[in-house]
This record gives sequence, structure tokens and C-alpha cells, in this order.
Amino acid sequence: MSSEHIDEVSGISTTGHEWDGIRELNNPLPQWWVITFYITVAWAVAYTIAYPAWPMLSSATKGVLGYSSRNAVKIELAAAEAAKGKYVAAIQQKTVSEIAADDALREFAVAAGGATFKVNCVQCHGSGAQGSKGFPNLNDDDWLWGGTTEQIQQTIAHGIRFASDPDTRQSEMPPFGDIITPEQIAQVGAYVASLSGKVQDASLIEPGAKVFAENCVACHGDNAKGNKELGAPNLTDAIWLYAPGETAIAVQVRAPKHGVMPAWIGRLGETKVKELAVYVHSLGGGE
Amino acid sequence: MKFGTEIVVLSLFAFAALVAAGFGVEGPFRQHMGVLFFAVAGFTAILLRNTDFKPAAPIDTSVYMDGPIRYGAIATVFWGVVGMLVGVIIALQLAYPHLNIQPWFNFGRLRPLHTSGVVFAFGGNALLCTSLYVVQRTCRARLFGGKLAWFVFWGYQLFIVMAATGYLLGITEAREYAEPEWYVDLWLTIVWVAYLILFLGTILKRKEPHIYVANWFYLSFIVTIAMLHVVNNLSMPASFLGSKSYSAFSGVQDALTQWWYGHNAVGFFLTAGFLGMMYYFVPKQANRPVYSYRLSIVHFWAIIFLYIWAGPHHLHYTALPDWAQTLGMAFSIMLWMPSWGGMINGLMTLSGAWDKLRTDPIIRMMVMAVAFYGMSTFEGPIMSIKTVNSLSHYTDWTIGHVHSGALGWVGMISFGAIYYMVPKLWNRERLYSLRLVTWHFWLATLGIVVYAAVMWVSGIMQGLMWREYDEQGFLVYSFAETVAAMHPFYVMRAIGGAMYLTGALLMAWNVTMTILGHQREERPMPGSEPALRPAE
Repeated sequence: MSSEHIDEVSGISTTGHEWDGIRELNNPLPQWWVITFYITVAWAVAYTIAYPAWPMLSSATKGVLGYSSRNAVKIELAAAEAAKGKYVAAIQQKTVSEIAADDALREFAVAAGGATFKVNCVQCHGSGAQGSKGFPNLNDDDWLWGGTTEQIQQTIAHGIRFASDPDTRQSEMPPFGDIITPEQIAQVGAYVASLSGKVQDASLIEPGAKVFAENCVACHGDNAKGNKELGAPNLTDAIWLYAPGETAIAVQVRAPKHGVMPAWIGRLGETKVKELAVYVHSLGGGE
Repeated sequence: MKFGTEIVVLSLFAFAALVAAGFGVEGPFRQHMGVLFFAVAGFTAILLRNTDFKPAAPIDTSVYMDGPIRYGAIATVFWGVVGMLVGVIIALQLAYPHLNIQPWFNFGRLRPLHTSGVVFAFGGNALLCTSLYVVQRTCRARLFGGKLAWFVFWGYQLFIVMAATGYLLGITEAREYAEPEWYVDLWLTIVWVAYLILFLGTILKRKEPHIYVANWFYLSFIVTIAMLHVVNNLSMPASFLGSKSYSAFSGVQDALTQWWYGHNAVGFFLTAGFLGMMYYFVPKQANRPVYSYRLSIVHFWAIIFLYIWAGPHHLHYTALPDWAQTLGMAFSIMLWMPSWGGMINGLMTLSGAWDKLRTDPIIRMMVMAVAFYGMSTFEGPIMSIKTVNSLSHYTDWTIGHVHSGALGWVGMISFGAIYYMVPKLWNRERLYSLRLVTWHFWLATLGIVVYAAVMWVSGIMQGLMWREYDEQGFLVYSFAETVAAMHPFYVMRAIGGAMYLTGALLMAWNVTMTILGHQREERPMPGSEPALRPAE
């Protein structure tokens, strides 16, 4: 099939071959293409001289720039540590209330604690620390175990009902289903609900108050305002960990649920727990 | 006897599958072998119903063997629709996680179904059928090996079915684009070697003095994929009656082996193979000579030599030693021009025929494919640069990049080839409808543009959010916040994908009607009437 052939449209000769009607023009390589290709090759050679590249018998060439990605990370991390060093040292030495009282330190601790919170705490407490059913809202001023920076620090460090930490916050409301009658539970549910809202059957309130006085005041107090030493919630505000309303309260009285929060001191360390405490305290409800 | 040997062999094969289904050491393997049994036994039953005790009619070996190619064209369209549908489903699953149906249809199992479905089932069948079509016509030789082509076609479909059902059953090696377990890998090896023999045998008995450029590309694709597949899948089964196997590699060597495979699956399956397709179907459809023979030689060898070293750029800033990262990046940069050699040859082949862009939607599709090829082979080297990669890596930018190549280049050139081949394979005067091709072209093009643009924006946003520090040196966003920010982009991406899928459905309709012998009454394409003045 090899014979001289000129393409009529372009006037350029072909290679003379033909496959199923396809011919090939004898066009040269486009010059810009060749030049750009050479430039990329030259660049690649230069780059492999500058950086670690060519494998030899036991190790690779190091590159004239002496670059190493491990070193680069080390230097960046060291620079970041150095920039934070002054603040971190101060946080390590001071108590959380001292940190919260110092403007520059507080600003740093809130930023640091916020970053830690986003990674470790949002899974339960929500990305806005707004909590959800069974997980307390951290923005309000209702605190189960106390809302001072020191109390928050203690809670974060050792957790709540976290069995493997001996310093964890411990308390348990007994299941009153075993202690009082279902009527009494309904009554006390109505009474507790009435402290912060309306109830459907007002006739239950008075006997409920009696049940409350006999069974609940030891922990929740005469005025039902709770006891932070015991983690006993304030029952007079309209803030509910599980659900509002007399029925939901009765359920909790009969067989209480008890949430667990892990101890974070082992995972995060002293400094980060302090920063977190200052951050949570700053959310709006800190005492 | 017609199909005599086939029926005996397949019956034994089905029996072996049944035994494995009974004695397998774990549930998923037994189920998978059950699937194999039903697939092979069903196929045997079909052969039994079509058998004939008279000696089979002699086959006319003076003509091209187009039977497996016809089946391959249908399989290409079918698997294309399936693979793209699964793609739209997983895109929606990312936007709306409730769509994850446990355990068979969760994202983790559907994602490899999508990637294997479009790459190996759609792309693989497109390469298989076009390569057999092209090699016969450019060698002027009937396919080598008698019924070997049928074995390759059906064997490959069995591989697809076994891979797909394995994913849904939770059987996976968790090696990207190579998820099937050891026994499916072994089967593919057999089929692939048969494919190599089939292709090479046909080239050897050619009646043309020279081997056409398209066949170089096809051959390089077949040879390299064989090598990549075997090395990447070296593993030891935990039991020969169980699905689990352990890779021969571990740690960073394993990671590099996987990306050596993964990148060259892109390089040799999705690039070299489809360049072979381009080198035949673009000059045929344009009816013009290939722009430059010299360019085709130089860029072929440059691609073959350079591509194979670029894999480490998938492992920048990992445990992979710095020297390997440097080389991966250097070779990727050098790949830019060799890749563009294919684009230049594809586009410049149209010189003298640019007016066909107005009248021929198939040419338009091919040109768009080549344009997307050029775009994504430019984007690739850019993304391999370490500083760019530190932003783009792990983000949806990578997903956008791979889809501009897959939807734009691989998809569009395959559609063009299918539209070219189908009327010829079934001896139809023309396609059922050229206007439907125009609709397909615009739906696909707009779908890709939506998809790629959305993934650029969202990928770069994602990368910037991940690395954003406040003035105190703390990360500004948690990971969950970056996921939440992706939601609108995930929805838009699903819309782009759905447009592309709709185009593919139009193609399926158009191809089906063409095969059935219908021709739609429609106005001719504007400009297809003889023009008064030739276009510039």
C-alpha cells in the first residue's frame, strides 16, 4: 500500500499507508509542543537534583536543598509550639479561675478550648454546645454539678459516673418504682411539673408535694432547687435533661436514667482540660 | 454437535460452584458461589435450549467476526446505564445519608460497584468491543482463535457479575479499583490472557504491512493491565473455600503497589485504551487523515514510558519516602505534553472538517471528549505538584478531576464510538435519530460541567476549611462542620450526574431502536443540506 499520496484538503503528503481508509499526514511535531516537553523534562531533572529523588544502593540522593518532609513538619510544629509556648506555660501554672481573670490568657484558652471542644465534645453536646436529650446544654446557667470554672474543670477531667476514674462525679437517684406507689409517682410528677409550668390534673399537685417532702428533699432540697454537690438537678427551672411534662418526669422518677460522661484528663491532659473549662465557662452560663 | 463441548465444560464448572457453595467456610463465600452457580447453570441452560445434534453449519471465515462485538456494544450501553445509575445513587447517599440501605446497599458497598461498573463494565466492554472491531478492520484479518472471542466476551461478563455481586455481599480486598477477591482475580487473569492472545493473534495474521497506531494503544493497554492486575493482586487466600485473602505486600509498599496499579489503571485502561479508540473512530467519523504520524509515535512512547512512574503522586505527604514522592511528581509533570500529543492529534485531525461540528453531533461528541481529555490531563499534572496536592488531596477536587476525565473523555469518546459502530454492525442505513444524539450531547456536556465545576468549588472549599487556622494557631473548623458545608454541593453534583445518566438513557433508547431497525422521521440537522458556500 506504500505509495506517494498527497492529502487534497491540506496539501500535505501522507505516510503512504492506509488502514480501512485511514491515512496519516506527514506533519512534523508542533514546535511549541516539543519546546514545552523539553522544558518540563529540564524542569523535572532540576527538581530531582534539588530534592531527594534518585534511589541508590542503600539510600536515595538527598537533593541539594536538603529538604525532608519529616523535617519540614517538625519545624512547622516547633514554630506552632513556640508561638503558643508562652500561653501554654502560663496555663499550666495558673488555676482556671486565674486564667479566666486574665484577658489575654482567657482569649487564648477560649480559642484552644473551642478547637478541642469541636473534636471531642460535639458528638454528645452538639456543635453549638446546645446539648440534646440526655446531654446537657452548656450555654444556659443551669448546672448539674456546678458552673464555676473549677467545678467545670473537675467534671471534664474526671467525668460523671465514669467507672474507671476514682475521682469521677458519682450519684444515683434510686428507682422510686420500687419504693412508692404508681399513684404517688403520678402525684409527685405533677407536683414537680407544676413548679415551672402548667399541669393537666391540678388535683395531684397537693398530694404530690407531700410525696416530694417525704422522698425527694434529701437530695433536691426543700425548695426543689437541687444540690450541685450531688448532681441533683434544680427542678424549678423549665430546663429538662430528658423531657418536660409530668409524664416524662414520672418516667424518670420510676426508673431514672443516668448519663455517663467520660473522664478526659487521661486523653487530653491537664492543659487542654483547663482550656476546655475556660471555654465552656465562657459560653454564657458560667457562674 | 452445536455447543457440545461448551455445555459439558460449563456443567462441570456449575457443579464445582455448587460444591463450593455447599462447603464454603463462611456465609458470604457460600452465597457468592451460589450466585456463580446460578449464573453458570443459567447460561448452560440457554445453550442447552439452543443446541442442535446436527453438525454446526460451517462458519464463513472470510468475513470479519462481529458477533462478540455486537454483544459487546449492547453490554457497553447496558453496563453504562447501570454504572451511572449507581453513581447517581451514591451521590444522593452522600447528600442524604438516610438513603443508605444496610447492609447490601450502603455507600461502602455501592461505591466500588459504581467505580468498577463504569470503569471495568462500561469502559471495559467499550474497549473490548471497539478493539476487536478496530483490529479486524485495520489488519484486514478475521479475529484469531475461532470461538476465543466469545470466551473473552462471556468470561469478562462473568467477571463483572462476580465482582458486582461480591461487593454487595461485602466481599472485598479493599484495594481501590481492584476490590474483587482472589478467585475473581484469578478468573479475570485467565480471561485477560485469552484477550491478549486473541488480540495479538489477530495482529500477527494481519494483511496490512504496518500496525495501525490505534492497535499500538490497544495492545499497550492489554499488556500493561495484565501486568498491573497480576502484581497488585498477589495474595494468599486464607482458605481455598473462603473469600478472604492476604496481600503479598504490607505497609507503605502495599500503598505504593496499590497506587502504582491505581494510577496506571487510569493511564493504560482509561487513557491508552481510549486513545486507541480515538485514533480509529475520529478519523473515520471525520473522514480525514490522522494529523501527524510522527506525533502519534512520539507521544505513544512518551506516554508508555512516563505514565508507569507517576503513581507515587497519590501518596504525597504520607509515609512514602520523599524520593519516591519527588519522582512521582517529576514524572507527572513530564507527562503533560505526551498526553496532549493525543489531544493535538485528535483535534487537528478535524482540520479541513471543522464544519462537521455543526452538522454531525457524533463528531461534536468526539471533539468534546478530546477537549475534556486535554483539560483533565492538564489538571492532573497540576494536582501532582506537592503544594497544590497538599490542598487538593483527600478533597472532592480529586473526585471532580477524575469525573471530568471519566465522564468527559472516556464516556464521550465511547458514546461516539458506539454511535459510529451500531448502524454498521447491524447493517442499518443510519442511527434511529441524530437529534437524540444532539440531546445526549448537551445533557452529557452540561452534566459534566455542573459536576466538575461543583466539585472544584466544593473541593477547594473543603481543603481550605480543613487547613484554616485562627490567629492563635488553632483549627477553625471541625471535620463535621466541613461535611455539613458540603451538603449543597453534594446535591448539585447529584443533579449533574443525573443529567449525564439521562443522556445515557437516551443513547440506550436510540441504540435499541437502531438495532430493531427503526428510523425516526425527523428534520435533518441544520446545515447538513449542501451549503452555498464552503465553511472557512
